[in-house]
Amino acid sequence: MTALDVGAALPRRKVEIVPALTPVIVALIAAPLIGSFSTFLTLTAAGIAMGMMIFTMASGLTLVFGMMDVLNFGHGAFIALGAYVATLVLLPLASWSSADSVALNLAVFALAVVAAALVCGALGWVFERLIVKPVYGQHLRQILATIGGAIIAEQLLYALFGPDQIPLSLPKTLEGSFVFGEAAVEKYRVLATVVGLAVFAGEMLVLNRTKIGLLIRAGVENREMVEALGYRIDRLFVGVFMAGSALAGLGGAMMALYRGQTHATIGGEFLVLCFIVIIIGGLGSVGGSFVASILVALIANYAGFLAPKLALVSNILAMVVVLLWRPRGLYPVSGR
Amino acid sequence: MTILSGDPPRGRRLQVLIVLIVLALALAPFLFPGAKALNTAAKTCVTILLVASYDVLLGYAGIVSFAHVMFFGVGAYGVGLALYGLGASWGAIAAGLVIAFAVSLALALAIGLLSLRVQSIFFAMVTLAVAYAFNVLASQLSWLTGGEDGRSFKVPTVLQPGFRWLDHPIFGVQANGKLITYYLVFAVVAVAFLVLLRVVNSPFGRVLQAIRENPFRAEALGYRTVFHRTLATCIAALGATLAGALSALWLRYVGPDTALSFSIMVDVLVIVVVGGMGSLYGAIVGAALFVFAESYLQDVMGALSRLAADARLPLLPALFHPDRWLLWLGLAFVLAVYFAPLGIVGALKPREAEAN
Amino acid sequence: MSAGLTLAGVHTHIGRYHILQGVDFEAPAGRTTMLLGRNGAGKTTALRTIMGLWRASKGRIVLGETPLQNLAASDVARLGVGYAPETMAVFSDLSVKENLVLGAREGPLDDARLTWIFGFFPALKKFWLSRAGALSGGQKQMLSIARAIVEPRELLLIDEPTKGLSPAIVGSLIECLREIKATGVTILLVEQNFRVAVEVGDEVRVMDNGRIAHRGAMADLAADQPLQNRLLGLSLDSHQ
Repeated sequence: MTALDVGAALPRRKVEIVPALTPVIVALIAAPLIGSFSTFLTLTAAGIAMGMMIFTMASGLTLVFGMMDVLNFGHGAFIALGAYVATLVLLPLASWSSADSVALNLAVFALAVVAAALVCGALGWVFERLIVKPVYGQHLRQILATIGGAIIAEQLLYALFGPDQIPLSLPKTLEGSFVFGEAAVEKYRVLATVVGLAVFAGEMLVLNRTKIGLLIRAGVENREMVEALGYRIDRLFVGVFMAGSALAGLGGAMMALYRGQTHATIGGEFLVLCFIVIIIGGLGSVGGSFVASILVALIANYAGFLAPKLALVSNILAMVVVLLWRPRGLYPVSGR
Repeated sequence: MTILSGDPPRGRRLQVLIVLIVLALALAPFLFPGAKALNTAAKTCVTILLVASYDVLLGYAGIVSFAHVMFFGVGAYGVGLALYGLGASWGAIAAGLVIAFAVSLALALAIGLLSLRVQSIFFAMVTLAVAYAFNVLASQLSWLTGGEDGRSFKVPTVLQPGFRWLDHPIFGVQANGKLITYYLVFAVVAVAFLVLLRVVNSPFGRVLQAIRENPFRAEALGYRTVFHRTLATCIAALGATLAGALSALWLRYVGPDTALSFSIMVDVLVIVVVGGMGSLYGAIVGAALFVFAESYLQDVMGALSRLAADARLPLLPALFHPDRWLLWLGLAFVLAVYFAPLGIVGALKPREAEAN
Repeated sequence: MSAGLTLAGVHTHIGRYHILQGVDFEAPAGRTTMLLGRNGAGKTTALRTIMGLWRASKGRIVLGETPLQNLAASDVARLGVGYAPETMAVFSDLSVKENLVLGAREGPLDDARLTWIFGFFPALKKFWLSRAGALSGGQKQMLSIARAIVEPRELLLIDEPTKGLSPAIVGSLIECLREIKATGVTILLVEQNFRVAVEVGDEVRVMDNGRIAHRGAMADLAADQPLQNRLLGLSLDSHQ
């Protein structure tokens, strides 16, 4: 840190606040339409929790794309794999889950999601070296290669775990809700929100306060210049890819617990959602993904209540509206 | 202008292969008796048209789009729902086809204009999202589309399997509606394929390829890239729509799994890559290989799986299970992407001296 | 004293285009060599090839004793090569401070060095914490060069620093280049602005069609108007 007198420097300009308010605007519009406050609260809590899980899955994808222009269709496979790994941890440790101890329950939960993250991170390295690296820089082949990788991965999951859904139950003390008067907020949703916020905070810290984070942010803008400054960006990229895969696994594990079951199709389903999120958020922007995840999840939940038929396409509509307003997403990265 | 638009398959081996496949398809009812074989042949024809139209987009124009199956679905549902709602007549088919073409064109134009607003990688992801939305919509509007179950309908009398055109069999094959339907499908696909061949070999087609290679340079040379790319999208969309209509006619059924599912999109991608991008003949070779393998390889896999299970080998029975056919396809696909980027057509290219 | 740069028989192909067609020249150690030529002559390609951003298809590039031609860009940079590209390539979403931190790969920013840089680039001090994207064109150029010299280098590759800048700023840029020269670093400077070339350059190499068409002392070329016309198509007077 330099001790130089830069006291005369202008203060850093604030981040634009309007795009971050879009989820709030959506919530404000939905509230009167929903009517009942307790329903609104429940839906909003569900939306925020789901948004956190989606953010966990999507943030890695946006950085991977931002840094190396790699559109990883295999990302969904890690989401599904994370769910399966969590299952592998939870089933043998069922006694910890059914025990009436918060400590044991949290421990088995932590074990399950951490295991999911670690396995997916490690396999992320394999996927990057085997499938992505040979086709760096060739957009079309890279899209095709990662799609191929995704197909193989999904089929392997079916071969290993069988084609049926595997039911998963939440650890005992994590079931149920916190009750505030008339409103009830599911305990697991609170946990998911806490985990999601922790992930976001962790990412922001790394990106903004470490040299590696600095390199990642610079690399998202102009990879070539970072190399010309003397940094081996391809090594950094492998690390980002692994982290992205690990986070996808974490998100997948949490989502499987949320839904109560594991199935390989969770990968494809959330892959599309992740794409929508990173498009809305702005390719390469973690902050953008955060806002977009919440936005998308809130819209899905409100629409599910207000207009169920539209619920599944509501996100596409949201994406189109955002793109018409801001063609490069809510928080676009310069130079893209 | 010759019938092949001056663009015959290159190389002796490829020519022989194409001729064999075309002959096999042309004479399928006579060469391969049985319902399953004819079904395979019909599916191959439809797939050829679907893949060829996609290759115009991907291989020639260089546009990556995941919305292609959407147009196939529009064609299938257009004709299928028309026959369902308006009764089994040629008029219904015509009406359905016209509506389907109109809807596809509108969607293609919308997608083309979207590409104005967003850059190419965005575009690919947006097409994925749009196709997903369309898929969902078709399931949701079950009052119209029959939802998950789809719609079965009757086709005009001449095309019905029970229809007797001639009382006596031709070369041992019943001269019934199924035969007529098959040749209708074959003829339409053949003509459409030749039309697509004409398009990619026209000045328009050459400009498309120039745009694919270097959009900035093409723009600088005065070609309106947005116009060309939008037109390419429309042509590809119409091809896919037609393929969908034929598929509905053949199956006498339309449903999300046969007309809109993402697995169809994946199949198309695999065929276009394995067959050979940038060459319409790749569609013929790839589709034939794919459909044939899908129908008959699964039996082989089943046998292998049982063998492995009997031998008490771990994991292998699951890996060879016929349902896991996509695993091996995916593997072949990935290998093709890395080692044979020009597909089978590229691999069969004659050894030429280094051209300059 | 910094090292000298030598290119011998360097060819570079970009796709189907054969841009550098056998480039031979020396940029002597500790001196400032101007690389001039018409648009499309291959000057930027030459710099990018030296930097390792593009691979030479043939030939040798040597910095001091070390061959560069097969090295990746990050390795070339680590040998002490600073690069200020034509596009400036400042990281717009990062602050001025963060841009400079990235340039300092050996360690933390050196206060004395920063003070020296602020001396001829005072705007950087003012915008220290601001987004680099908010800077004007001239200020971005200053940042790009500052980033290249934030640590002592063996060789500086600078590509058209005065492009698009007003004459006043060009003047201050010339001053700053003179200060940098005074540290004894080897500089290879691509310029279209002949006045800058005359004021700053010791040596000159003129490129045409991917080859060196003329080599010699800057002063000699500056004095020879007909030669300037022939090589560059325009005379000194029209570059004000």
